[in-house]
Amino acid sequence: MPHMTDERVRAGMTREEDLSLLNEVSMKTAGVSHLEMCIQCGTCGGSCPVAADMDHTPRMLFAMLRAGMREEVLRSNTPWLCVSCYHCVVRCPQEVHIADVMYTLKGMAIHAKLYTDSTAPHFSQTFVGMVETFGRGYELGLATRHYLRHFPLRLPGMMPMGLGMISKGRMAITPKRIKHMDQLTKILDRAKELELTS
Amino acid sequence: MNKYLLYPGCSMDSSAKAYMESLNSIVEPLDLHLEEIEDWNCCGATEYLGINLIPAYSLIARNLALAAKQTDSTRTVVAPCSACYLNLAKADYYMQERPTLGAKVNEALAAGGLEYKAGMLDVRHLIDVLVYDVGLDAIRKAVTHPLSGLKVVPYMGCMLPRPDYQHRWSDHEHPTELDDLLRALGADVIDYPLTTSCCGGHMTQIGPETAFELIHRLVSDADERGAQMMVTVCPMCQMNIDAYQNEMNHFFGTDFHMPILFFTQLMGLAFGKEPGEVGIGVELVSSRNALAHIGVEVPVTQEPAAPRKKDEGLPMPRRWTKHEGKKEAVK
Repeated sequence: MPHMTDERVRAGMTREEDLSLLNEVSMKTAGVSHLEMCIQCGTCGGSCPVAADMDHTPRMLFAMLRAGMREEVLRSNTPWLCVSCYHCVVRCPQEVHIADVMYTLKGMAIHAKLYTDSTAPHFSQTFVGMVETFGRGYELGLATRHYLRHFPLRLPGMMPMGLGMISKGRMAITPKRIKHMDQLTKILDRAKELELTS
Repeated sequence: MNKYLLYPGCSMDSSAKAYMESLNSIVEPLDLHLEEIEDWNCCGATEYLGINLIPAYSLIARNLALAAKQTDSTRTVVAPCSACYLNLAKADYYMQERPTLGAKVNEALAAGGLEYKAGMLDVRHLIDVLVYDVGLDAIRKAVTHPLSGLKVVPYMGCMLPRPDYQHRWSDHEHPTELDDLLRALGADVIDYPLTTSCCGGHMTQIGPETAFELIHRLVSDADERGAQMMVTVCPMCQMNIDAYQNEMNHFFGTDFHMPILFFTQLMGLAFGKEPGEVGIGVELVSSRNALAHIGVEVPVTQEPAAPRKKDEGLPMPRRWTKHEGKKEAVK
Protein backbone atom coordinates (compact mmCIF):
# COMPACT_ATOMS: atom_id res chain seq x y z
CA MET A 1 0.00 0.00 0.00
CA PRO A 2 1.27 3.49 -0.84
CA HIS A 3 1.73 5.46 2.33
CA MET A 4 3.09 8.73 3.73
CA THR A 5 5.41 8.09 6.63
CA ASP A 6 6.40 10.84 9.03
CA GLU A 7 9.96 10.50 7.77
CA ARG A 8 8.89 11.26 4.22
CA VAL A 9 6.95 14.32 5.34
CA ARG A 10 9.89 15.61 7.37
CA ALA A 11 12.17 15.02 4.37
CA GLY A 12 9.94 17.27 2.31
CA MET A 13 8.66 14.46 0.11
CA THR A 14 5.16 15.37 -0.79
CA ARG A 15 4.22 12.38 -2.94
CA GLU A 16 3.12 9.04 -1.60
CA GLU A 17 5.69 6.33 -2.13
CA ASP A 18 4.66 4.12 -5.03
CA LEU A 19 6.37 0.75 -5.02
CA SER A 20 4.16 -0.83 -7.66
CA LEU A 21 6.95 -1.05 -10.28
CA LEU A 22 9.36 -2.59 -7.78
CA ASN A 23 6.73 -5.11 -6.73
CA GLU A 24 5.78 -5.91 -10.31
CA VAL A 25 9.39 -6.69 -11.24
CA SER A 26 9.88 -8.68 -8.08
CA MET A 27 6.78 -10.78 -8.69
CA LYS A 28 7.69 -11.45 -12.31
CA THR A 29 11.15 -12.73 -11.36
CA ALA A 30 11.80 -16.43 -10.96
CA GLY A 31 12.44 -17.50 -7.40
CA VAL A 32 12.29 -15.00 -4.55
CA SER A 33 14.04 -11.92 -5.93
CA HIS A 34 14.83 -10.07 -2.63
CA LEU A 35 14.74 -6.94 -4.79
CA GLU A 36 13.02 -4.82 -2.13
CA MET A 37 15.90 -5.65 0.24
CA CYS A 38 18.51 -3.69 -1.80
CA ILE A 39 20.45 -1.35 0.50
CA GLN A 40 22.14 0.58 -2.33
CA CYS A 41 25.64 -0.49 -1.32
CA GLY A 42 26.91 -0.66 -4.91
CA THR A 43 28.72 -3.98 -4.59
CA CYS A 44 26.94 -5.13 -7.76
CA GLY A 45 28.23 -2.32 -9.96
CA GLY A 46 31.69 -2.65 -8.47
CA SER A 47 31.74 -6.36 -9.29
CA CYS A 48 30.39 -6.05 -12.81
CA PRO A 49 32.85 -6.73 -15.66
CA VAL A 50 30.78 -4.68 -18.12
CA ALA A 51 29.63 -1.83 -15.85
CA ALA A 52 31.72 0.63 -17.87
CA ASP A 53 29.48 0.11 -20.90
CA MET A 54 26.20 0.26 -18.99
CA ASP A 55 23.80 3.21 -18.95
CA HIS A 56 23.15 2.51 -15.27
CA THR A 57 24.85 0.20 -12.80
CA PRO A 58 22.52 -2.41 -11.27
CA ARG A 59 22.41 -0.37 -8.05
CA MET A 60 21.20 2.72 -9.91
CA LEU A 61 18.66 0.65 -11.81
CA PHE A 62 17.22 -0.72 -8.57
CA ALA A 63 16.91 2.80 -7.13
CA MET A 64 15.08 3.79 -10.31
CA LEU A 65 12.72 0.84 -9.89
CA ARG A 66 11.97 1.99 -6.36
CA ALA A 67 11.32 5.48 -7.68
CA GLY A 68 8.89 4.11 -10.26
CA MET A 69 10.83 5.29 -13.31
CA ARG A 70 9.33 2.67 -15.61
CA GLU A 71 10.27 4.05 -19.01
CA GLU A 72 13.85 4.98 -18.09
CA VAL A 73 14.43 1.54 -16.60
CA LEU A 74 13.05 -0.33 -19.58
CA ARG A 75 15.04 1.81 -22.03
CA SER A 76 18.29 1.26 -20.15
CA ASN A 77 20.88 -0.90 -21.90
CA THR A 78 21.92 -2.39 -18.55
CA PRO A 79 19.91 -5.64 -18.64
CA TRP A 80 20.99 -6.25 -22.23
CA LEU A 81 24.68 -5.91 -21.38
CA CYS A 82 24.46 -8.23 -18.38
CA VAL A 83 26.59 -11.25 -19.24
CA SER A 84 25.06 -13.44 -16.49
CA CYS A 85 28.42 -14.01 -14.79
CA TYR A 86 26.74 -13.90 -11.34
CA HIS A 87 29.64 -12.06 -9.72
CA CYS A 88 27.22 -9.53 -8.23
CA VAL A 89 24.81 -12.27 -7.16
CA VAL A 90 27.30 -14.09 -4.93
CA ARG A 91 28.65 -10.83 -3.51
CA CYS A 92 25.31 -9.10 -2.81
CA PRO A 93 24.92 -8.84 0.98
CA GLN A 94 21.13 -8.88 0.61
CA GLU A 95 21.02 -11.90 -1.70
CA VAL A 96 19.16 -10.07 -4.45
CA HIS A 97 18.78 -12.36 -7.50
CA ILE A 98 20.30 -9.61 -9.64
CA ALA A 99 20.87 -11.62 -12.83
CA ASP A 100 17.32 -12.95 -12.74
CA VAL A 101 15.95 -9.44 -12.24
CA MET A 102 17.87 -8.49 -15.41
CA TYR A 103 16.11 -11.31 -17.30
CA THR A 104 12.76 -10.02 -16.05
CA LEU A 105 13.57 -6.48 -17.19
CA LYS A 106 14.54 -7.74 -20.66
CA GLY A 107 11.24 -9.53 -20.98
CA MET A 108 9.34 -6.42 -19.84
CA ALA A 109 11.28 -4.20 -22.26
CA ILE A 110 10.52 -6.51 -25.19
CA HIS A 111 6.87 -6.65 -24.18
CA ALA A 112 6.65 -2.85 -23.94
CA LYS A 113 8.88 -2.41 -27.04
CA LEU A 114 10.98 0.00 -25.00
CA TYR A 115 14.52 -0.99 -25.87
CA THR A 116 16.88 1.46 -27.53
CA ASP A 117 19.14 -0.94 -29.43
CA SER A 118 17.41 -3.88 -31.10
CA THR A 119 20.53 -6.05 -31.56
CA ALA A 120 20.20 -8.01 -28.32
CA PRO A 121 16.40 -8.43 -28.32
CA HIS A 122 16.51 -9.63 -31.93
CA PHE A 123 19.28 -12.09 -31.10
CA SER A 124 17.28 -13.55 -28.22
CA GLN A 125 14.17 -13.75 -30.36
CA THR A 126 15.97 -15.39 -33.29
CA PHE A 127 17.57 -17.91 -30.92
CA VAL A 128 14.21 -18.72 -29.34
CA GLY A 129 12.64 -19.01 -32.79
CA MET A 130 15.17 -21.72 -33.71
CA VAL A 131 14.55 -23.60 -30.47
CA GLU A 132 10.78 -23.40 -30.91
CA THR A 133 11.11 -24.77 -34.46
CA PHE A 134 13.67 -27.54 -33.98
CA GLY A 135 13.86 -28.10 -30.22
CA ARG A 136 17.63 -27.62 -30.46
CA GLY A 137 19.93 -24.72 -31.16
CA TYR A 138 20.92 -24.16 -34.80
CA GLU A 139 24.09 -22.09 -34.87
CA LEU A 140 24.54 -21.60 -38.62
CA GLY A 141 20.95 -20.44 -39.09
CA LEU A 142 21.16 -18.19 -36.05
CA ALA A 143 24.53 -16.70 -36.99
CA THR A 144 23.75 -15.96 -40.65
CA ARG A 145 20.38 -14.46 -39.88
CA HIS A 146 21.67 -12.39 -37.01
CA TYR A 147 24.80 -11.10 -38.73
CA LEU A 148 23.00 -10.22 -41.97
CA ARG A 149 20.50 -8.24 -39.96
CA HIS A 150 22.79 -6.48 -37.49
CA PHE A 151 26.45 -6.79 -38.49
CA PRO A 152 26.60 -7.06 -42.30
CA LEU A 153 29.95 -5.24 -42.33
CA ARG A 154 31.40 -7.70 -39.83
CA LEU A 155 30.65 -10.64 -42.12
CA PRO A 156 33.67 -10.41 -44.49
CA GLY A 157 36.08 -10.35 -41.55
CA MET A 158 34.31 -13.33 -40.02
CA MET A 159 34.27 -15.54 -43.11
CA PRO A 160 37.53 -17.37 -42.28
CA MET A 161 36.19 -18.18 -38.82
CA GLY A 162 32.83 -19.36 -40.17
CA LEU A 163 34.42 -21.48 -42.85
CA GLY A 164 36.88 -22.88 -40.30
CA MET A 165 34.02 -23.88 -38.03
CA ILE A 166 32.14 -25.54 -40.90
CA SER A 167 35.19 -27.30 -42.42
CA LYS A 168 36.22 -28.64 -39.00
CA GLY A 169 32.74 -29.99 -38.49
CA ARG A 170 31.97 -27.61 -35.64
CA MET A 171 28.96 -25.97 -37.26
CA ALA A 172 26.31 -28.16 -38.85
CA ILE A 173 24.87 -27.07 -42.18
CA THR A 174 21.44 -28.46 -41.39
CA PRO A 175 19.52 -28.21 -38.11
CA LYS A 176 18.79 -31.20 -35.86
CA ARG A 177 15.21 -31.70 -34.79
CA ILE A 178 14.07 -33.55 -31.67
CA LYS A 179 11.77 -36.57 -32.11
CA HIS A 180 8.80 -35.31 -30.13
CA MET A 181 8.65 -31.74 -31.39
CA ASP A 182 4.84 -31.90 -31.19
CA GLN A 183 5.07 -32.57 -27.45
CA LEU A 184 7.44 -29.64 -26.90
CA THR A 185 5.19 -27.35 -28.94
CA LYS A 186 2.17 -28.30 -26.83
CA ILE A 187 4.11 -27.60 -23.63
CA LEU A 188 5.37 -24.22 -24.85
CA ASP A 189 1.92 -23.19 -26.16
CA ARG A 190 0.35 -23.97 -22.80
CA ALA A 191 3.21 -22.19 -21.01
CA LYS A 192 2.61 -19.06 -23.10
CA GLU A 193 -1.09 -19.07 -22.18
CA LEU A 194 -0.13 -19.38 -18.51
CA GLU A 195 2.35 -16.53 -18.89
CA LEU A 196 -0.42 -14.23 -20.10
CA THR A 197 -2.75 -15.06 -17.25
CA SER A 198 -0.09 -14.74 -14.54
CA MET B 1 30.75 -48.13 -11.02
CA ASN B 2 29.51 -44.58 -11.40
CA LYS B 3 26.28 -44.28 -13.35
CA TYR B 4 24.70 -41.00 -14.46
CA LEU B 5 22.09 -39.56 -16.78
CA LEU B 6 23.74 -37.36 -19.38
CA TYR B 7 22.32 -34.09 -20.66
CA PRO B 8 24.79 -33.27 -23.46
CA GLY B 9 23.36 -29.96 -24.66
CA CYS B 10 23.30 -28.62 -28.21
CA SER B 11 26.92 -27.53 -28.50
CA MET B 12 28.30 -31.00 -27.76
CA ASP B 13 27.63 -32.24 -31.26
CA SER B 14 28.52 -29.03 -33.05
CA SER B 15 30.89 -26.33 -31.83
CA ALA B 16 32.10 -28.40 -28.86
CA LYS B 17 32.22 -31.80 -30.54
CA ALA B 18 35.82 -32.12 -29.32
CA TYR B 19 34.41 -32.06 -25.78
CA MET B 20 32.03 -34.94 -26.58
CA GLU B 21 34.69 -37.00 -28.35
CA SER B 22 37.15 -36.58 -25.51
CA LEU B 23 34.46 -37.34 -22.91
CA ASN B 24 33.68 -40.57 -24.76
CA SER B 25 37.37 -41.45 -24.66
CA ILE B 26 37.65 -41.19 -20.85
CA VAL B 27 34.49 -42.99 -19.74
CA GLU B 28 36.07 -46.42 -20.10
CA PRO B 29 39.34 -45.80 -18.22
CA LEU B 30 37.36 -44.17 -15.39
CA ASP B 31 34.54 -46.73 -15.37
CA LEU B 32 31.91 -44.05 -15.90
CA HIS B 33 28.51 -44.94 -17.29
CA LEU B 34 26.60 -42.14 -18.94
CA GLU B 35 23.10 -42.73 -20.22
CA GLU B 36 21.83 -39.97 -22.51
CA ILE B 37 18.44 -38.48 -21.67
CA GLU B 38 16.08 -39.64 -24.40
CA ASP B 39 14.97 -36.85 -26.79
CA TRP B 40 16.30 -33.96 -24.69
CA ASN B 41 15.78 -30.42 -25.99
CA CYS B 42 17.77 -27.16 -25.85
CA CYS B 43 17.92 -25.55 -22.40
CA GLY B 44 17.36 -22.07 -23.87
CA ALA B 45 20.87 -20.89 -22.96
CA THR B 46 20.86 -17.31 -21.68
CA GLU B 47 18.32 -16.22 -24.30
CA TYR B 48 14.93 -17.72 -23.51
CA LEU B 49 14.91 -16.54 -19.89
CA GLY B 50 15.02 -12.94 -21.12
CA ILE B 51 11.83 -13.28 -23.14
CA ASN B 52 9.18 -15.26 -21.30
CA LEU B 53 9.36 -16.73 -17.82
CA ILE B 54 6.98 -19.71 -17.81
CA PRO B 55 7.88 -20.95 -21.32
CA ALA B 56 11.60 -20.66 -20.53
CA TYR B 57 11.29 -22.73 -17.36
CA SER B 58 8.95 -25.21 -19.07
CA LEU B 59 11.52 -25.70 -21.83
CA ILE B 60 14.18 -26.52 -19.24
CA ALA B 61 11.83 -28.62 -17.11
CA ARG B 62 10.88 -30.90 -20.03
CA ASN B 63 14.44 -32.22 -19.82
CA LEU B 64 14.16 -32.75 -16.07
CA ALA B 65 10.82 -34.53 -16.55
CA LEU B 66 12.31 -36.81 -19.22
CA ALA B 67 15.31 -37.52 -17.01
CA ALA B 68 13.07 -38.33 -14.05
CA LYS B 69 11.40 -41.04 -16.16
CA GLN B 70 14.79 -42.64 -16.77
CA THR B 71 15.92 -42.83 -13.15
CA ASP B 72 16.07 -46.54 -12.48
CA SER B 73 19.54 -46.79 -10.98
CA THR B 74 20.60 -43.17 -10.60
CA ARG B 75 18.98 -39.82 -9.98
CA THR B 76 21.96 -37.70 -10.91
CA VAL B 77 21.92 -35.69 -14.12
CA VAL B 78 25.32 -34.69 -15.46
CA ALA B 79 25.73 -31.73 -17.80
CA PRO B 80 29.15 -31.02 -19.34
CA CYS B 81 28.13 -27.50 -20.45
CA SER B 82 28.16 -24.79 -17.78
CA ALA B 83 25.15 -22.94 -19.20
CA CYS B 84 23.08 -26.13 -19.43
CA TYR B 85 24.17 -27.11 -15.92
CA LEU B 86 23.14 -23.74 -14.54
CA ASN B 87 19.78 -23.71 -16.31
CA LEU B 88 18.84 -27.21 -15.17
CA ALA B 89 19.97 -26.51 -11.61
CA LYS B 90 18.22 -23.16 -11.61
CA ALA B 91 14.87 -24.56 -12.78
CA ASP B 92 15.04 -27.31 -10.17
CA TYR B 93 15.88 -24.78 -7.44
CA TYR B 94 13.39 -22.03 -8.33
CA MET B 95 10.52 -24.48 -8.81
CA GLN B 96 11.02 -25.28 -5.12
CA GLU B 97 11.76 -21.74 -3.92
CA ARG B 98 8.64 -20.36 -5.64
CA PRO B 99 6.01 -23.12 -5.59
CA THR B 100 3.65 -21.12 -7.83
CA LEU B 101 6.32 -21.26 -10.56
CA GLY B 102 6.62 -25.00 -10.02
CA ALA B 103 2.84 -25.41 -10.29
CA LYS B 104 2.60 -23.41 -13.52
CA VAL B 105 5.53 -25.22 -15.12
CA ASN B 106 3.91 -28.52 -14.24
CA GLU B 107 0.63 -27.35 -15.73
CA ALA B 108 2.50 -26.62 -18.99
CA LEU B 109 4.34 -29.96 -18.84
CA ALA B 110 0.99 -31.73 -18.38
CA ALA B 111 -0.02 -30.50 -21.85
CA GLY B 112 2.71 -32.82 -23.13
CA GLY B 113 1.87 -35.64 -20.73
CA LEU B 114 4.87 -34.95 -18.46
CA GLU B 115 5.45 -33.87 -14.89
CA TYR B 116 8.45 -33.03 -12.74
CA LYS B 117 8.60 -32.96 -8.96
CA ALA B 118 11.28 -30.40 -8.14
CA GLY B 119 14.10 -31.70 -6.00
CA MET B 120 13.78 -35.22 -7.38
CA LEU B 121 17.04 -35.08 -9.31
CA ASP B 122 20.59 -34.02 -8.51
CA VAL B 123 21.92 -31.75 -11.23
CA ARG B 124 25.71 -31.77 -11.40
CA HIS B 125 28.46 -30.66 -13.75
CA LEU B 126 30.85 -33.15 -15.30
CA ILE B 127 33.93 -31.86 -13.47
CA ASP B 128 32.03 -32.07 -10.17
CA VAL B 129 31.41 -35.82 -10.56
CA LEU B 130 34.94 -36.41 -11.87
CA VAL B 131 36.61 -34.69 -8.92
CA TYR B 132 34.22 -35.67 -6.12
CA ASP B 133 32.75 -39.06 -7.21
CA VAL B 134 35.43 -40.65 -9.36
CA GLY B 135 38.08 -38.90 -7.29
CA LEU B 136 41.54 -37.54 -7.97
CA ASP B 137 43.20 -40.78 -6.84
CA ALA B 138 41.38 -42.84 -9.45
CA ILE B 139 42.24 -40.22 -12.06
CA ARG B 140 45.91 -40.28 -11.04
CA LYS B 141 45.93 -44.06 -11.35
CA ALA B 142 44.56 -43.89 -14.90
CA VAL B 143 47.33 -41.53 -16.05
CA THR B 144 49.85 -43.28 -18.29
CA HIS B 145 51.32 -40.24 -20.03
CA PRO B 146 51.71 -37.43 -17.44
CA LEU B 147 51.48 -33.94 -18.90
CA SER B 148 54.64 -32.70 -17.13
CA GLY B 149 56.10 -29.67 -18.82
CA LEU B 150 52.79 -28.40 -20.16
CA LYS B 151 52.09 -24.97 -18.70
CA VAL B 152 48.36 -24.43 -18.43
CA VAL B 153 46.00 -21.93 -16.85
CA PRO B 154 42.75 -23.42 -15.52
CA TYR B 155 39.75 -21.42 -16.74
CA MET B 156 36.55 -22.30 -14.88
CA GLY B 157 34.30 -19.60 -16.34
CA CYS B 158 31.46 -17.95 -14.49
CA MET B 159 28.32 -20.05 -14.70
CA LEU B 160 29.82 -23.10 -13.04
CA PRO B 161 30.84 -21.89 -9.55
CA ARG B 162 28.10 -19.24 -9.40
CA PRO B 163 25.45 -18.80 -8.15
CA ASP B 164 25.93 -22.34 -6.78
CA TYR B 165 22.44 -23.17 -5.55
CA GLN B 166 23.50 -26.51 -4.05
CA HIS B 167 26.82 -25.42 -2.47
CA ARG B 168 28.91 -27.79 -4.52
CA TRP B 169 32.05 -25.75 -5.21
CA SER B 170 35.13 -25.03 -3.12
CA ASP B 171 34.79 -21.28 -3.73
CA HIS B 172 32.62 -18.95 -5.81
CA GLU B 173 35.43 -16.82 -7.15
CA HIS B 174 38.57 -18.92 -6.88
CA PRO B 175 37.49 -22.55 -7.01
CA THR B 176 40.32 -25.08 -7.22
CA GLU B 177 38.61 -28.16 -8.68
CA LEU B 178 40.07 -27.67 -12.15
CA ASP B 179 43.54 -26.82 -10.77
CA ASP B 180 43.55 -30.02 -8.71
CA LEU B 181 42.41 -32.15 -11.61
CA LEU B 182 45.03 -30.76 -13.99
CA ARG B 183 47.71 -31.28 -11.35
CA ALA B 184 46.58 -34.88 -11.01
CA LEU B 185 47.29 -35.23 -14.73
CA GLY B 186 50.82 -33.97 -14.12
CA ALA B 187 50.44 -30.60 -15.84
CA ASP B 188 52.25 -27.44 -14.67
CA VAL B 189 49.30 -25.46 -13.36
CA ILE B 190 49.79 -21.70 -13.27
CA ASP B 191 47.78 -19.63 -10.78
CA TYR B 192 45.14 -17.75 -12.72
CA PRO B 193 43.21 -15.19 -10.68
CA LEU B 194 40.84 -14.57 -13.61
CA THR B 195 39.71 -18.20 -13.54
CA THR B 196 36.06 -17.30 -13.01
CA SER B 197 35.97 -14.05 -14.98
CA CYS B 198 33.51 -13.85 -17.80
CA CYS B 199 34.40 -14.69 -21.45
CA GLY B 200 31.67 -12.39 -22.70
CA GLY B 201 28.96 -15.02 -23.14
CA HIS B 202 26.58 -13.97 -25.87
CA MET B 203 28.18 -10.51 -26.14
CA THR B 204 30.31 -11.76 -29.06
CA GLN B 205 27.01 -11.79 -30.95
CA ILE B 206 25.35 -8.64 -29.71
CA GLY B 207 28.04 -6.26 -28.44
CA PRO B 208 31.38 -7.38 -29.89
CA GLU B 209 33.38 -4.48 -28.45
CA THR B 210 32.38 -5.46 -24.92
CA ALA B 211 33.16 -9.11 -25.63
CA PHE B 212 36.56 -8.38 -27.21
CA GLU B 213 37.53 -6.43 -24.10
CA LEU B 214 36.68 -9.38 -21.85
CA ILE B 215 38.41 -11.93 -24.12
CA HIS B 216 41.47 -9.68 -24.27
CA ARG B 217 41.71 -9.52 -20.47
CA LEU B 218 41.65 -13.31 -20.18
CA VAL B 219 44.02 -14.09 -23.03
CA SER B 220 46.57 -11.38 -22.29
CA ASP B 221 46.73 -12.33 -18.62
CA ALA B 222 47.18 -16.02 -19.45
CA ASP B 223 49.92 -15.04 -21.89
CA GLU B 224 51.69 -12.80 -19.36
CA ARG B 225 51.73 -15.62 -16.85
CA GLY B 226 53.55 -17.80 -19.34
CA ALA B 227 50.74 -20.21 -20.16
CA GLN B 228 51.07 -22.38 -23.24
CA MET B 229 47.35 -22.98 -23.28
CA MET B 230 44.12 -22.33 -21.45
CA VAL B 231 41.96 -25.22 -20.25
CA THR B 232 38.21 -24.87 -19.97
CA VAL B 233 35.14 -26.77 -18.77
CA CYS B 234 32.58 -24.84 -20.86
CA PRO B 235 31.67 -24.89 -24.58
CA MET B 236 30.74 -21.19 -24.57
CA CYS B 237 34.10 -20.15 -23.09
CA GLN B 238 35.95 -22.38 -25.56
CA MET B 239 34.00 -20.94 -28.50
CA ASN B 240 34.51 -17.30 -27.48
CA ILE B 241 38.21 -17.56 -26.75
CA ASP B 242 39.02 -19.88 -29.65
CA ALA B 243 36.82 -18.68 -32.48
CA TYR B 244 36.84 -14.96 -31.69
CA GLN B 245 40.51 -14.63 -30.73
CA ASN B 246 41.43 -13.67 -34.29
CA GLU B 247 38.78 -10.94 -34.44
CA MET B 248 39.84 -9.75 -30.98
CA ASN B 249 43.46 -9.55 -32.16
CA HIS B 250 42.41 -7.40 -35.12
CA PHE B 251 40.35 -5.18 -32.86
CA PHE B 252 43.22 -4.44 -30.46
CA GLY B 253 46.08 -4.77 -32.94
CA THR B 254 47.52 -7.63 -30.88
CA ASP B 255 48.94 -10.96 -31.97
CA PHE B 256 47.95 -13.50 -29.34
CA HIS B 257 47.97 -17.16 -30.13
CA MET B 258 46.53 -18.80 -27.05
CA PRO B 259 44.99 -22.22 -27.68
CA ILE B 260 42.15 -23.33 -25.43
CA LEU B 261 41.22 -26.98 -24.96
CA PHE B 262 38.62 -28.82 -22.90
CA PHE B 263 39.90 -30.47 -19.72
CA THR B 264 38.60 -33.81 -20.99
CA GLN B 265 40.92 -33.54 -24.00
CA LEU B 266 43.91 -33.28 -21.68
CA MET B 267 42.57 -36.16 -19.60
CA GLY B 268 42.36 -38.27 -22.75
CA LEU B 269 45.96 -37.41 -23.68
CA ALA B 270 47.16 -38.21 -20.15
CA PHE B 271 45.34 -41.56 -20.37
CA GLY B 272 47.34 -42.35 -23.50
CA LYS B 273 44.76 -41.57 -26.19
CA GLU B 274 45.79 -40.29 -29.60
CA PRO B 275 45.16 -36.58 -30.38
CA GLY B 276 42.64 -37.59 -33.07
CA GLU B 277 40.61 -39.60 -30.55
CA VAL B 278 40.15 -36.62 -28.24
CA GLY B 279 39.14 -34.07 -30.85
CA ILE B 280 42.45 -32.22 -31.06
CA GLY B 281 42.89 -30.38 -34.35
CA VAL B 282 39.41 -28.87 -34.64
CA GLU B 283 40.28 -25.83 -32.55
CA LEU B 284 40.80 -22.68 -34.62
CA VAL B 285 43.79 -21.50 -32.59
CA SER B 286 45.97 -24.56 -33.04
CA SER B 287 47.29 -26.35 -29.95
CA ARG B 288 50.02 -28.02 -32.02
CA ASN B 289 52.98 -26.02 -30.66
CA ALA B 290 51.76 -26.21 -27.08
CA LEU B 291 51.32 -29.98 -27.20
CA ALA B 292 54.78 -30.41 -28.74
CA HIS B 293 56.12 -29.54 -25.25
CA ILE B 294 54.82 -32.87 -23.96
CA GLY B 295 55.85 -34.81 -27.04
CA VAL B 296 52.37 -35.07 -28.53
CA GLU B 297 52.49 -34.74 -32.27
CA VAL B 298 49.35 -33.33 -33.81
CA PRO B 299 49.09 -34.23 -37.48
CA VAL B 300 48.70 -31.21 -39.76
CA THR B 301 45.18 -31.30 -41.09
CA GLN B 302 45.39 -28.19 -43.18
CA GLU B 303 48.28 -26.71 -45.15
CA PRO B 304 48.90 -23.09 -44.20
CA ALA B 305 47.61 -20.72 -46.84
CA ALA B 306 50.19 -19.62 -49.40
CA PRO B 307 51.40 -16.06 -48.79
CA ARG B 308 49.91 -13.46 -51.08
CA LYS B 309 52.17 -12.35 -53.89
CA LYS B 310 51.20 -8.71 -53.65
CA ASP B 311 50.04 -6.73 -50.67
CA GLU B 312 47.63 -4.83 -52.83
CA GLY B 313 44.78 -7.00 -54.01
CA LEU B 314 41.14 -6.56 -54.66
CA PRO B 315 39.60 -3.86 -52.50
CA MET B 316 38.21 -5.54 -49.39
CA PRO B 317 36.01 -4.13 -46.65
CA ARG B 318 38.12 -2.99 -43.73
CA ARG B 319 38.08 -4.96 -40.55
CA TRP B 320 36.58 -3.57 -37.44
CA THR B 321 39.29 -2.12 -35.21
CA LYS B 322 39.24 -0.24 -31.96
CA HIS B 323 40.73 2.88 -33.54
CA GLU B 324 38.44 3.00 -36.53
CA GLY B 325 36.10 5.52 -34.97
CA LYS B 326 38.95 7.91 -34.23
CA LYS B 327 40.39 7.69 -37.74
CA GLU B 328 37.08 8.56 -39.29
CA ALA B 329 36.63 11.48 -36.95
CA VAL B 330 39.95 12.95 -38.13
CA LYS B 331 38.90 12.86 -41.77
